[in-house]
Amino acid sequence: MDTFNLPKETYRSLFEMMLRIRMVEEKIAELYPEQEMRCPVHLCIGQEAIAAGVCANLSRNDYVLSGHRSHGHYLSKGGNLKAMMAELYGKVTGCSKGKGGSMHLVDLSVGFAATPIVGSTIPIAVGTAFGSVMLNEQRVTVVFFGDAAVEEGVFHESINFAILKKLPVVFVCENNLYAVYSPLSVRQPEGKEIFELAKGHSVESYQGDGNDVIQVYKLAEQAIGKARQGNGPTFLEFKTYRWREHCGPYYDNDLGYRTESEFQKWKQRCPIERLKERLLGDRVLCNQDIKRMVSNLEVEIEDAVAFAKESPFPEGQFLLEDIYAP
Amino acid sequence: MSRELKFFQAINEAIDLCMARDQSVYMMGLGVPDPKGIFGSTLGLQQKYGDTRVMDMPLSENCMTGVAIGSSLVGMRPIMAHQRIEFALLAMDQIVNQAANWHYMFGGRMSVPLVIRLIIGRGWGQGPQHSQSLQAWFAHVPGLKVVMPTTPYDAKGLLISSIEDNNPVIFIEHRWLYNITGQVPEKMYRVPLGSARVVREGTDMTIAATSYMTLEALQAAEMLAADGVKAEVIDIRTLKPLDSALILESVRKTGHLLVADTGWKTGGFSAEIVAQLAEEGFSDLKSPPRRVGLPDCPTPTTRALANHYYPRAIHIAATARRMLGFNADGPALDVTTSVLLDVPDMSFTGPF
Repeated sequence: MDTFNLPKETYRSLFEMMLRIRMVEEKIAELYPEQEMRCPVHLCIGQEAIAAGVCANLSRNDYVLSGHRSHGHYLSKGGNLKAMMAELYGKVTGCSKGKGGSMHLVDLSVGFAATPIVGSTIPIAVGTAFGSVMLNEQRVTVVFFGDAAVEEGVFHESINFAILKKLPVVFVCENNLYAVYSPLSVRQPEGKEIFELAKGHSVESYQGDGNDVIQVYKLAEQAIGKARQGNGPTFLEFKTYRWREHCGPYYDNDLGYRTESEFQKWKQRCPIERLKERLLGDRVLCNQDIKRMVSNLEVEIEDAVAFAKESPFPEGQFLLEDIYAP
Repeated sequence: MSRELKFFQAINEAIDLCMARDQSVYMMGLGVPDPKGIFGSTLGLQQKYGDTRVMDMPLSENCMTGVAIGSSLVGMRPIMAHQRIEFALLAMDQIVNQAANWHYMFGGRMSVPLVIRLIIGRGWGQGPQHSQSLQAWFAHVPGLKVVMPTTPYDAKGLLISSIEDNNPVIFIEHRWLYNITGQVPEKMYRVPLGSARVVREGTDMTIAATSYMTLEALQAAEMLAADGVKAEVIDIRTLKPLDSALILESVRKTGHLLVADTGWKTGGFSAEIVAQLAEEGFSDLKSPPRRVGLPDCPTPTTRALANHYYPRAIHIAATARRMLGFNADGPALDVTTSVLLDVPDMSFTGPF
C-alpha cells in the first residue's frame, strides 16, 4: 500500500473528519428516539470516507451538491454543525431556518446545498459548473449521489452535457448496493459496473474502495485537479455500505432484505478503524491524540445539540415569508 | 410616434435589451439559434451575443433546466425556451421540485432567477401533444410566477420584468399571437408582474381573459355592444401573482363575471378565478359566474373536431347573453368544416 506519502496533517484531518461525521451521526441516532428531531434522517455511518476523502481536496469556493444522505458531505465541505443540528430540530437558527430539515441542508458560505430527489441535483451541479465557467471563475463542483441515481435518465443527460462542454464537475457515485430496500440485483444487470456507464459517455471514469479514505482522497485529488485545470469532468464510483436503516436511527438487518453476514463483512471494513490502525501502526497518531480528538468532538457536538434544543422555533407568521425572492 | 412591432419581434427586443444591459443574462433552447429562431423570437441574437450566451442545447429538457437552475444559483440569469409547452413536461422535476422550492426551502438564502418561455397554441392540427394550455399546472405551484401576455407591448414589458425578477417565471406565449401587431416603444420599459389590465371599459359585465382569449373576448364585447351591453374586458396578464383586486373591483361594478381561458375548465385556472370571486365577492354577483374554456377531453387534431373544441368570440358572447337573461341563442353557433377556424388569420399557412 502506497499509503504513507501524504503530509501527516492530511491523514490526521481525514481521520478527524471521518470521526466527526461518525460521532455526529451516532449522536443523531442516540437522540432521534426522543422524537424531537421530527424529520426523516438518512445517516451515512459506514460511508464517511467518501465525503471526507473527496471534500479534503476542495476549497471553500468550490461547490458541492448532494442528495438525501448528505450530513457527511455538508460537514466535510465545512458546513456549520450548529446550523445543521438546529435544522434537524426544526429551529429558526437552522441552516434553512427550519423550512428544509435534514434533507435540505445548505451552507452558502461554503458552497453547499442538498435536496433529496434521487438524481435531481446532478444537473444542478452541472449548472453550477457551467455558471462558474461563464463567470470565468476557477471553481470546481462535486456532486454526490448513490448507485440508484444512474438509473435516472437525468444522470445520463447531465454527464452528456458535462462532457460536451468539458465542465469542471466531478461526479461521485457512492455505491452502497441498496436503494432503500431494493438491491442492485433488481435494478441493474448482473456484471455491469456502474463506472463503465460514464465511459460510454466518453467521460474518464474510475472505481475505488469507498471504505479506504486514502484511495478516495487520491482519486478525488486527481479528478478535482483535472477539473480545475479546465480538462473536464470525471466520474468516480466508490463501493461502500450503509450500516443503519435507509431512513432513521436504527439497524434493520432483522427485516431480511440483506443478511447479517453481509453487514458484518462490511463492518469489518470500517473506514475509520482501517485508517486508525494504519496511522497508529505508523505512529502518525497515538492513542492519546485520538482520545483528545474524541473528547474535543464530544464537546463540539454537545454544544451543537444544546444550541439546537435551546433555539426558538420559527414564528407562525414566518410561514408565508420567503415564498418569492425580493 | 410610437412604432409598431409584431408580438415575436417584441419578445426578441426584450431579450436583446436585457442581454445588452446585463452580461449574466443568457438564452438556451433547442433551435434558439436555428434559421427559424423560435418563430422569429430569437433571430439574430446569437450573431450579436455569441454562441455561449445564445446557445442551442441537447434534447435533455430535464437536465438543461437543472443546468439553468444551477447557473442561476451562482450568478447567471438564464432564459430557456421550448417550442412547445409539452417539451417542458420532461422537466417538471426540475421546475416543480427544484426551481419553485429553492428560495423557500433554504430559508430565503437561495434564489433562482430563471425564465422559461413556453409556447401554447391552437389549430392547424397541432393536436394532443403540441398545443395544450397547461398554465394551471404551473400556477398551482407556490414559488413559481406565471405570465401570459396578449399584446406586443405587454410581451416586451412583461418579459423584461420576468428576466429581471429573482424567481422562476413561467412565461407562456400563444402561437396565435406571434403575428399580431401593436405599438411597442423602443426603450427599455417594464410591465409589473401581478397586474391585470382593463383593455375595454364597461359597466354591465366583466369578462376576464387569458392570453389569446383576450382577443376573442374583445370581439365578443363588440358583439355584445350591438345588443346594448357594455362589457368590461380584463386581460389577466399574470396568473401568478394574480391581480384578484382588479377583477373583484370590476365585478363590484358590473355584477357579472365571465372567465375566458385558453385552458381546460376542469381544475383549470378559470376555476380558480371563479372560486376567488365566490369567496371574496359573492354579494356583488347578480348572476352565477360562468366560464368559457376547453371541454374535458384531449385536443383533437382534425379541424372537423377542433372547430367544436376551441371556444371563440361567439361562445363568449352567447354565454354572456344567457347570464344577462337575453334570448340565449343569438347568432347560430353551428360550425362547418368549410369555415377556416384553424388559423389565426389567412397569412398562416402552416406547417407549424
